[in-house]
Amino acid sequence: MGEEGAKNEGLRGRFIRSLGKTRLKVSHGIGDLVLGEKRIDENTLLDLEASLLTTDVGIDAAEAIIAGLKGRLSRNELSDRKALHQALRVELTEMARPLGKPFQIGSARPFVVLFIGVNGVGKTTTIGKLSKHLEVAGFSTLLAAGDTFRAAATEQIQAWGTSNDVPVVAQQSGADSAAVIYDAIETAKRRGIDVVLADTAGRLQAKKGLMDELSKIKRVIARTDETAPHECLLVIDANVGQNALSQLHDFDEAVGVSGMVVAKLDGSARGGVLFSLAHAQASQECTPVYFIGLGESADDLEPFDPDAFVEALLAP
Amino acid sequence: MFESLSDRLSRTARGLAGKRLTETNIQDALREVRRSLLEADVALDVVSSFVASVQQRAIGEKVVSSLNAHDAFVKIVHRELIELMGVANDSLDLTAPAPVVVLVAGLQGSGKTTTVAKLARFLRERERKKVAVVSADVYRPAAIAQLRRLAEEVQARFIASTQSESPLDIVNRALTDARTQFDDVLIVDTAGRLSIDEEMMTEIASLHQALTPVETLFVVDAMTGQDAALTSKAFDEAIPLTGIVLTKADGDARGGAALSVRAVTGKPVKFLGTGEKSDGLEAFHPDRIASRILGMGDVLTLIEEVERKVDKKKTSRLAQKIKRGRKFDLEDFREQLGQMAQLGGMSNVLEKLPGGRMLPANAQGQVDDDELAQLAVMIDSMTVHERRFPDVINGSRKRRIALGSGSQVQDINRLLKQHKQMQKMMKRVTRRGGMEKMMRGVGQTQPTWRPQRRR
Ligand SMILES: Nc1nc2c(ncn2[C@@H]2O[C@H](COP(=O)(O)OP(=O)(O)OP(=O)(O)O)[C@@H](O)[C@H]2O)c(=O)[nH]1
Ligand SMILES: Nc1nc2c(ncn2[C@@H]2O[C@H](COP(=O)(O)OP(=O)(O)O)[C@@H](O)[C@H]2O)c(=O)[nH]1
Ligand SMILES: [Mg+2]
Ligand SMILES: [Mg+2]
Repeated sequence: MGEEGAKNEGLRGRFIRSLGKTRLKVSHGIGDLVLGEKRIDENTLLDLEASLLTTDVGIDAAEAIIAGLKGRLSRNELSDRKALHQALRVELTEMARPLGKPFQIGSARPFVVLFIGVNGVGKTTTIGKLSKHLEVAGFSTLLAAGDTFRAAATEQIQAWGTSNDVPVVAQQSGADSAAVIYDAIETAKRRGIDVVLADTAGRLQAKKGLMDELSKIKRVIARTDETAPHECLLVIDANVGQNALSQLHDFDEAVGVSGMVVAKLDGSARGGVLFSLAHAQASQECTPVYFIGLGESADDLEPFDPDAFVEALLAP
Repeated sequence: MFESLSDRLSRTARGLAGKRLTETNIQDALREVRRSLLEADVALDVVSSFVASVQQRAIGEKVVSSLNAHDAFVKIVHRELIELMGVANDSLDLTAPAPVVVLVAGLQGSGKTTTVAKLARFLRERERKKVAVVSADVYRPAAIAQLRRLAEEVQARFIASTQSESPLDIVNRALTDARTQFDDVLIVDTAGRLSIDEEMMTEIASLHQALTPVETLFVVDAMTGQDAALTSKAFDEAIPLTGIVLTKADGDARGGAALSVRAVTGKPVKFLGTGEKSDGLEAFHPDRIASRILGMGDVLTLIEEVERKVDKKKTSRLAQKIKRGRKFDLEDFREQLGQMAQLGGMSNVLEKLPGGRMLPANAQGQVDDDELAQLAVMIDSMTVHERRFPDVINGSRKRRIALGSGSQVQDINRLLKQHKQMQKMMKRVTRRGGMEKMMRGVGQTQPTWRPQRRR
């Protein structure tokens, strides 16, 4: 597909194409449903459960999905593979839908977005991408180099600032992260900038001291504007397994997670862990997934669309 | 967040507690093993073959074993897992002619650059090697600057590179450079890449070919899910791996990916990354990873140690006594303290319990072994009558005991209160694994075990 074609394809198409590489592969191939044997029985469902598990859907969510299908099977609703395919789509979509919610820049100025997550998931890169995305949409952005711990983290975000042509507020390595972000917000206020994207150092959720530091960062941000930070985005690596549950839980407890970004969905990992996350939150308000990352360049960020996500997972 | 295998087995409807292994309870138990491993992110195929081999062993075992089913089964699973994880502490091969080249590879953000720095430090400090490092990551912003900083910190020779060079040119130049500078070891950092990115996989294969590394290490994040199997297979096919480094093992992830990668590639895990700083590198111990994947801390080691060191007679006498409804008196408390000391003190016991090492530092401080020793001294200053009937200890007795043990009356009060709590806890100790449970109980109630510090 040429340049033009790629552009005209639209977000949804690109999303599906990108995820399509890694679609759900079912033994006996749901994709080959027309060719395969027609009868659906318990064994078909067991195979299906297995293929769900290999995408990190997690045992609890997988069992819930299969239980739904078993119910349909016993009501004779699954006469052939086409029906199964359709029913599976319905079950998966139902589970994923609460995760879908568009990301919006509210009325506060500057609108402060804090990025948090474990080490190496893609926080800084997502900031670079989102900055570009917002600038294109007409918002001015400023980046806060809040990762003052990792070697050359400041240089990394500065490189994004340069390539996107947006300002970066940074201090020397080892500086107080909260102070850098505070400084960045004040600078944005003075300069009338719309959105501050604040980076933080990656941290493992089991490290209490580091999680306390995050709570402190949040408190300091609130001093600039009591409604800030307006979004706390947890970045999740598409390669992650069931540890994502404890990441969401613990980061939420420390600072309150308002939304998620799933990075690295362009790889062979299929991000089935989103179903695990959605299922675990079934009885409460679900933390939405705003964006997915589909590569390392500035344009590789897409809004999350649950229907397209499921469609891509099941595409033949 | 997730239950340990041991807890699962005790809880299942047709639980294993107290019973012998039979066909049916083996089936139930295997289901729990499967669940545990999946929750630990072990790849499904690996789980399936593992469960099959445990089944084989368990069926063989049920005839001979004299242990109760729970213990026998946990031991089989654990042993089998250790076997799969391979030999302990398989270190780097540094016998080849210098410069020995070490190549690291892996997905984006897995911890490669940090691992390069840790290895450089390790080799310089422990093996007295002259180490050079170079970055062939010309893609990620500031990736080269990151390695330069880290090289300075760990005092490794940094071979400069720039984003305008090709990775192949960089490594060829670095190899010549390392030869002329008589470096013992050259460690090459590479850009993170996806296993399905053909161009990038071809690139790393060409780097591998140019470098002919002695060690090619696959760096994998302990939090990785099911895809670890496919990814590591793809890397192993592109560049024959010699070992695995499991990073971010200082978190709470079960680290099932270690088992997947090990099983799929057959390559040994050589190191664990246990921190963001350059000293966060540890040798790999299969038994620890096995316990962790099963979510059991070093409970097994503890069971064994308890079996070995604890005076069985005394323990069962105590259990008998409690079962008959008799009180757990101060004499029993004193005995427990003694046994605790035998097991290497509270800190040793705590460290082996699940989550024990992750206790906040202040909680760990509260189970100071010296303070436990002080408790023992206080009890030693009592009369036999007082130990058997603590209720008789009035004000004047307290003053005497305090004087005799070099403590304060408040300390005695606290001891008596703690003993009361212990008594309550002991009542809850049921039939099976009395001692083991008691130990766990001790771990849980530890914050109240704290006599006032001596001034
Ligand atoms: N807690 C902890 N963090 C680690 C460990 N190893 C690496 N990290 C952190 O993980 C993040 C990624 O590490 P890097 O060494 O930059 O990873 P990389 O594989 O070189 O990443 P790219 O070059 O961007 O693909 C950084 O924040 C590191 O500080 C570890 O063992 N424990
Ligand atoms: N393939 C791919 N790589 C990504 C994506 N997002 C981030 N990365 C890479 O993942 C690595 C870690 O990203 P970084 O932003 O430094 O993570 P941080 O430590 O959370 O700030 C870098 O090598 C990024 O280039 C993505 O969506 N796809
Ligand atoms: Mg970063
Ligand atoms: Mg790197």
